[in-house]
Amino acid sequence: MEHHEFNIEGGDFSRAGYASSQVKKILKQMGVDVGIIKRTVVAAYEGEVNVVAHAYSGAMYVDINRDEVQIELRDEGPGIEDIEQAMQEGYSTASSAVREMGFGAGMGLSNMKKNADELHIESEPGKGTKVVIRMLLNTTTGD
Amino acid sequence: MTVADIVKALDLKVLSGAGGLNREVSGGYVSDLLSDVMGKADAGQVWVTLQTHKNVMAIASLKDLAAVILVSGYQPAENTAQQSEEENIPILGTDMSAFEVTGELYTLIRK
Repeated sequence: MEHHEFNIEGGDFSRAGYASSQVKKILKQMGVDVGIIKRTVVAAYEGEVNVVAHAYSGAMYVDINRDEVQIELRDEGPGIEDIEQAMQEGYSTASSAVREMGFGAGMGLSNMKKNADELHIESEPGKGTKVVIRMLLNTTTGD
Repeated sequence: MTVADIVKALDLKVLSGAGGLNREVSGGYVSDLLSDVMGKADAGQVWVTLQTHKNVMAIASLKDLAAVILVSGYQPAENTAQQSEEENIPILGTDMSAFEVTGELYTLIRK
C-alpha cells in the first residue's frame, strides 16, 4: 500500500502535469504494465489540468495497492453545475485565455472516461469537485 | 529513423533538447489542442504544433513523444526550452507551415 499527495495550485499552468508525471514515475518503478500506465497518465493529467484551469486550489491523492491505483482529485472551486453536460465532448466552460493555450476544447473529461477503468465525479456548485479515477492492475487490456 | 535523421532530411533547427536527437521516431501527430494530443498521440511520435508554452513539454514527456516540431517560425518559451533540455526531448523549428512540414514528414516516415 502506497500513498502519495500532491498539491495543485489553481491557475498555475507552469506546474500543470507535475503531479501526473510523479504518478507515472512511481508506477514505472513498480513495474506496472505499460498500457495501464499510459491510460493512468492520460486520466490523471486531464484531472490535474481541470483543477489548474477551473479551481482555486486542490490536491491529488494517490493510493496504490496490489490490485488497483486510485487517484482522487479534490478541489475548492466553482464546482460543476451539470456533470452530465460537462461530460459531453466539446462542452467547456474554460476561459478564452485557457483556450488560447490549446486547453478547454471539451475533451478532458471524455479522455478521462475513455482511459479510466472507473470514474466518479461529485461536485457541489460554489464549493468544489471531487473526482475519483480507479485503475485496475490485474488486467493488461488497453494498448 | 531517429529525430536526427528528420532534422537532417527536413532541414529543421534544433531549438533545444539536442541530447534527445537519437530518439527513435515511430510516427507523427499534428494538433494544437492539448487534450487531443493527450488522448490520441502515442509514444515515439513527433508532435507538430504552434503551441509554445511549457505545457507542451509536460505532454511530450507524459506521452514519451520523440520530439516537438514548432511550425511557421514559432520559438519555444524560455521555460519550455528549459524543460526540453532537462527531459532530452528535442524541440525543432521550421519556417514551414504545419501543412508543409507534415507533408514532408509523412513522406519521409512512410518511405
